[in-house]
Amino acid sequence: MTRTQPNRLDTGGLIDRAQPLLFKFDGRTYQGHQGDTLASALLANGVTLVGRSFKYHRPRGILTAGPEEPNAIVELRVGARREPNTRATTAELYDGLEARSQNRWPSLAFDMMGINNVLSPLLGAGFYYKTFMWPASFWEKVYEPLIRSAAGLGRGAGMDDPDSYEKSYAHCDVLVIGAGATGLMAALAAGRSGARVILADEDFIMGGRALAERREIDQLASVEWAGQIVAELAAMPEVRLMPRTTVFGVYDGGVHGALERVSDHVIQPPAHQPRQRTWRIMARRTVLSAGAIERPLVFGDNDRPGIMMAGGVRTYINRFAVSPGAHVVVFANNDEAVRTIGDITKAGGVVEAVVDPRGGASEFVRQAAENVGARLIEGVVTRAHGTRAVQAVDIESAAGRERIDCDLVALSGGWSPTVHLTSHLGAKPVWNEKLAAFTPGQPPTGMTVAGAANGTFALAECLSTGAAAGLDAASACGFRRAQIEVPDADPESTASSPLWRVKSARGKSFIDLQNDVTTDDVQQARQEGFTRVEHLKRYTTLGMATDQGKTANVNGLALMAEMSAKSIAETGTTVFRPPYTPVAIGALAGAHRGREFRATRTSPAHAWAKAQGASFIEAGVWLRASYFPREGEKDWFDATCREVRAVRTGVGICDVSTLGKIDLQGADAARFLDLVYANTFSTLGLGRARYGLMLREDGFVMDDGTTSRLGPDHFLMTTTTANAGKVMQHLEFCHQVLFPNLDVQMISVSDAWAQFSIAGPKSRDVLARVVDRQHDISNAAFPYMAAARMTALGGTPARLFRISFSGELAYEIAVPARFGVALGAALMEAGRDFGITPYGLEALNVMRIEKGHVTGAELNGQTTARDLGLGKMQSTKKDYIGRILKERAGLIDPARPTLVGVKPLERMARLRAGAHFVRRDAPASAEHDQGWLTSAAFSPALDSWIGLGMLSHGPDRHGEIIRAVDPLRGGDTLVEVCAPVFVDPEGVRLRG
Amino acid sequence: MRIPCPHCGVRDAQEFSYLGDACLQQRPILPAETPIDDAILDQWHAYVYLRDNPASDHRELWYHQGGCRQWLIVARNVRTHEINGPAVPASRMGRVP
Repeated sequence: MTRTQPNRLDTGGLIDRAQPLLFKFDGRTYQGHQGDTLASALLANGVTLVGRSFKYHRPRGILTAGPEEPNAIVELRVGARREPNTRATTAELYDGLEARSQNRWPSLAFDMMGINNVLSPLLGAGFYYKTFMWPASFWEKVYEPLIRSAAGLGRGAGMDDPDSYEKSYAHCDVLVIGAGATGLMAALAAGRSGARVILADEDFIMGGRALAERREIDQLASVEWAGQIVAELAAMPEVRLMPRTTVFGVYDGGVHGALERVSDHVIQPPAHQPRQRTWRIMARRTVLSAGAIERPLVFGDNDRPGIMMAGGVRTYINRFAVSPGAHVVVFANNDEAVRTIGDITKAGGVVEAVVDPRGGASEFVRQAAENVGARLIEGVVTRAHGTRAVQAVDIESAAGRERIDCDLVALSGGWSPTVHLTSHLGAKPVWNEKLAAFTPGQPPTGMTVAGAANGTFALAECLSTGAAAGLDAASACGFRRAQIEVPDADPESTASSPLWRVKSARGKSFIDLQNDVTTDDVQQARQEGFTRVEHLKRYTTLGMATDQGKTANVNGLALMAEMSAKSIAETGTTVFRPPYTPVAIGALAGAHRGREFRATRTSPAHAWAKAQGASFIEAGVWLRASYFPREGEKDWFDATCREVRAVRTGVGICDVSTLGKIDLQGADAARFLDLVYANTFSTLGLGRARYGLMLREDGFVMDDGTTSRLGPDHFLMTTTTANAGKVMQHLEFCHQVLFPNLDVQMISVSDAWAQFSIAGPKSRDVLARVVDRQHDISNAAFPYMAAARMTALGGTPARLFRISFSGELAYEIAVPARFGVALGAALMEAGRDFGITPYGLEALNVMRIEKGHVTGAELNGQTTARDLGLGKMQSTKKDYIGRILKERAGLIDPARPTLVGVKPLERMARLRAGAHFVRRDAPASAEHDQGWLTSAAFSPALDSWIGLGMLSHGPDRHGEIIRAVDPLRGGDTLVEVCAPVFVDPEGVRLRG
Repeated sequence: MRIPCPHCGVRDAQEFSYLGDACLQQRPILPAETPIDDAILDQWHAYVYLRDNPASDHRELWYHQGGCRQWLIVARNVRTHEINGPAVPASRMGRVP
């Protein structure tokens, strides 16, 4: 049922009374208006209890009207779109909005966990650390679930987010952060100077406190003035206004992170629109005009609903036309807060008392109180009364103690400049004793801070420093300063003197409302030795959670300083880090989630493999054919064995397009290859291919592959699929950084060629039908390790290599990528009479293990050429990368694990890579570890499981029986050590 | 962070990959015939592993992988991340092996 808005004022405010919006809070329907936040709409409806606190589950209301809100955090939306821990004070109202209070059960008014408040003497700082220590076995089963169910704030949706997010980039000359009076002037000054300006503000209407106060600028109401400036800025072609955009982080080199809430103010994102957009804004100059955050005052039970920041009270009255209370006590240590007195009266409220703790209220305050006939009490509020709403306050003054009934307390402890972004790159804010506030330290290069964010609180100065900052920023970017007149502002007093806490307070005095940290907790932490601010923060949780202590930190530091008898400057502050306000992970991920988490690369012959019914597997960044199942086959194992047998007895083809391919040309190409490979390439004959081994400078193997000489100064290198990018980068490094005098050019052609392996005794017969007739590929004309450019498929340029990974007579043929699918189809057609069989990664792997060829499992960055049995390949006649350090004593120690083959004594005993080797009679413990199994497969040729592994003194131990122990998966198998070649050790077949 | 590439202009650091101290450029020259002794191993150990760690300006190697594919020498203050002057192509400063 729709309720009226009892606290809505009849006139004023930036709300559209013609546009009523219906929304739900905790299941009840209410009405608000276009222009409301959830908080202002709740207040308009008289809803003041909106949540329960984190630890003690105390009733909480709305403290502020901005992003610093510690209390009024709610679950927004329902179902898959539910978002916990959102601030009601910044959530823009829309028709159909549903919100729920958090941290209460079964209901907000009656909360079972409220018992924590009664138990609070037991729940002080460090309670969790001290209590849940023993017995250790209780942790996982008892304590953690208990804590998890009792603590925490809102609930995640638990479902996939149906909305999309995106990332975007923007460049500008001048970025202005915050569109209050200062920021508007800065943007105007920079914009009129001709700079490309971005003005970002987290609010949905620009103007900042100019919208919230009844001030005069240039004889206009401040809200009207702001509207005019925004209109002028909007009309400037080089100025971009970004409302609903929070600049949450400052990074090196003028890079800023910003979150734009594109669709949070509508019931669901319009078609093709993201919910939120993360911006990376590159700015040559930045003006930080983020304003300031008002500090609460600390007294007994200062967390009761109805206790609100004075600035917030003015915002609700002036901007939202909501009267948050009828009987008001104003408690403030500064002159500025007295504006509240006038605003409350204008809104029809009664100011019951103005409490000024400064020991001598200023004339300004005296006058303001007198104007409305309010009592001025020089004293302090010691305690609030009422549970679910404030009902009265105790006031202590020279005249004694008295109780005054009220339903709203407007608090102000002075303002803290919003310095967060100035310290994201490490500069600490500095304490300004005169202002009683932290002001920016050395801001990041290119950033100037203006207005209240710099501790310049008076409106007139905000306008002038904003304009100056805007002109300076534009000028620094090379623009001529525009003529700009700084507008007048009505007079004011910003006099303030700090009151960090009411010492005569009774009851719990909260410093951090979101984390339920009281003055007692800070005192206790200090007694237990946590005196540094960073320790204080971690121990008491002061300043943690979603609000990061925006309203709490300074009061906490001041109390710590007081207890340590140090100044606040000496006590220091914790560091602010991004993000300024919470940012959803989804917004940071942008489009990169699910399948799009990263790019899926497919081979140019992918469609061919798909047509052959391949089962695909993610291999690094690639999607590759794993095997090609056929009807009647149980699983991958059956298919793989069939594919292996087909290759070893007939012919098979495999798409190997993913291999890295690097084309190297130049008079010094051969010299260059000699430097990057451990073996020699300058001796390689034209039209020949050679297996190459590449080391890192530290002496370990980096990569391997075959490289062919296609012309006197022209080589084609292949790399492993996984290292294609790394090797390219390495070669560029070697050329540009180490050997720039060599005449060699290189380019990656990995994506330019589709390449198939054709393997098996019948491979030549098949190939003869695919390469063009004029090319002689007989064994004599095109022997093992031959390489040539030719044509295939009737004139298509092709490259043919007689190389073998399987150990059979085999070729690899490459054609331009766009012919990949055609080549696959042509090979299948040509091989039909021979029973040609497509095979995938699994079969490829089985056959290379049978032949003892190493891959990533062995080339793991920890093995040397010696370890892999390839030591003799390393040239002794030339310099090359890795030559020297491979000779280190530790790397030539014969005890190093070295490549061997293993066969289980029971041939069907499954081996698994990762098993460790120990002597047959030794216990399976770390000190007896002698190596490990790198690769394992079932060999159809041997009808047995086989494996490759690294074994200490390996080559001397062929024939020995050892254990392959796999405690993780329960394996313990006796295996015989053997040479790492299981099939055709003499290499007869591949030369056939 | 943004890096001023001499070929591509000022670009986001994400386009680059980092290698480390530009002293890597000073690869010792050793004729293939020279027998490897402890002094040589020490020299190479120093070249491959030992680095100064100055809390100030640092000359370092960056590869513009997402751009011109050039290896660049960048002078960066590792405390402030400020980059002093444009990056220089490493190839322009190389040595003859």
